Amino acid sequence: MIRLENVSVYYTKDAPVLRNVSFTVEKGEAVGLIGANGAGKTTLMRALLGLLPHEGLITVDGTEVTPKTLPEIRRKMGFVLQNSDNQMFMPTVYEDMIFGPMNYGASREEADARVDAVLARLDLADLKHRHNHKLSGGEKRMAAIATVLAMEPEVLLMDEPTSALDPRNRRLIIRTIRELPETKLITSHDLDMIWDTCDRVIVLGRGSVAADGPAQEILQDRALLEANRLELPLRLAGPDGA
Amino acid sequence: MNRMDRSLLELREMDTLAAGDSPVHRLHALAKLLTTVAYIIVTVSFGKYQLDGLLIMVLWPALLFSLSGIPVGTCFRKLRFVLPLVMAVGLFNPFFDRAPLLTVGGLTVSGGVVSMITLMLKGLFCLAASFLLMATTSIDDLCAALRRLHLPSILVTLLLLTYRYVGVMTEELSVMTDAYHLRAPGQRGIRFAAWGSFLGQLLLRSMDRAEELYGSMQLRGFSGNFAYAEDRRFTGRDALWLILWTAAFVLCRLYNIPGLLGRLLTGGIR
Ligand SMILES: Nc1ncnc2c1ncn2[C@@H]1O[C@H](COP(=O)(O)OP(=O)(O)OP(=O)(O)O)[C@@H](O)[C@H]1O
Ligand SMILES: [Mg+2]
Repeated sequence: MIRLENVSVYYTKDAPVLRNVSFTVEKGEAVGLIGANGAGKTTLMRALLGLLPHEGLITVDGTEVTPKTLPEIRRKMGFVLQNSDNQMFMPTVYEDMIFGPMNYGASREEADARVDAVLARLDLADLKHRHNHKLSGGEKRMAAIATVLAMEPEVLLMDEPTSALDPRNRRLIIRTIRELPETKLITSHDLDMIWDTCDRVIVLGRGSVAADGPAQEILQDRALLEANRLELPLRLAGPDGA
Repeated sequence: MNRMDRSLLELREMDTLAAGDSPVHRLHALAKLLTTVAYIIVTVSFGKYQLDGLLIMVLWPALLFSLSGIPVGTCFRKLRFVLPLVMAVGLFNPFFDRAPLLTVGGLTVSGGVVSMITLMLKGLFCLAASFLLMATTSIDDLCAALRRLHLPSILVTLLLLTYRYVGVMTEELSVMTDAYHLRAPGQRGIRFAAWGSFLGQLLLRSMDRAEELYGSMQLRGFSGNFAYAEDRRFTGRDALWLILWTAAFVLCRLYNIPGLLGRLLTGGIR
């Protein structure tokens, strides 16, 4: 579904932020993308969506990501941004949620039905008519996830979906992610969440792929994680990280 | 709450007003837009001494205020920065145009005074009409209406983004001023030496955010068409509203209705 071949991304000419990254994500797979702060996770997702220029080859569902194919590519992908403030731009949650579906040709009735279904699924019905700028940080995050789910994308890209969420909402999102059959690429520093939601994990270290394999294997490999400035998931590490 | 927060709230208040519900809100954006344009054209076209004819134009904004339930006070509060500018336009007329024009109760009024009041009223009426349009129509519906008039999508998108950008910038400004004052207690305003970096940061930050917001619009299929905005059809009611009001404006322009009424009354008394 997603294929990267020798992908490099530059913000400045001299040093690439991503260097020769290659991997493939199959249809229906749930892949965790982990790495220390500044490793390049967000950058990778932005390049995938054509928000940043890249070198090398990226294809989604067989179509190469180029400026020309962007509308087609973006139609398939839903992206939950790391910063929800930048995700929502309409006055109310409801208007934000119908924005995507209606741009892609859904009728108002269809869009309304999707909104209600997603809100019910995320237990957010009371946020529907709230104003975006009056939401709390976590409410905003839940609403942002809702806007993306309402688009019913084939591929879900989630940049730290559970940061800012309370334990109950975190659980809810984990459960929702597990239930969704779509292809998923998820970054997080919450490795327990990755453990619960992903079959496979890719470790990004300083802009290149440091490891790629089954989630449980990688998340238990203390040496590998520490070499990449990461730690074991809490459930394996115990309270003092030992 | 700092000053930026307050102006931000005011900006957002327009969104809130526009999201309200009333017979005026329910009209098609295109009908409202065109009626407003007609109103402004007719109002502006009154001659500089046609004060008596112009007076009747106050009825339209007055009617809209009462139909839409938008408080008149809110309008004046929001226009408080623009209003004086518009009012200042005619301020010098009384000095240049001293020829006596009419007498009211034994008092001679010069042409300059009349033209000054006429200009001020024109400005006031047009501002109130534009405000009412913005307060009863969401920016997205308005953009959709402009697209229907076949304005280039790039221009309309620019308008939409500018509107959003002002919001983003005020928001960043508010966050930054708070952050500054938390670490500079007791300072009033921002130290002059910090202005350069502060403004630079503000610009960069709001540009980044605006870019990311625009990216996020594109990711959800935005292409300069406002498919999501206006779903209402342009109904007979909308057409009627547009035609009747435009006709009424033109009639008011052609016939001096307050004058006619006045003559009728005084004629009756005589
Ligand atoms: N707009 C930019 N201009 C220049 N450099 C940037 C820009 N955005 C990010 N970088 C740099 O690129 C590198 C990767 O950033 P990125 O945001 O992808 O990290 P990340 O893995 O998402 O980190 P985090 O876990 O903190 O979210 C960082 O070193 C960062 O400093
Ligand atoms: Mg990131």
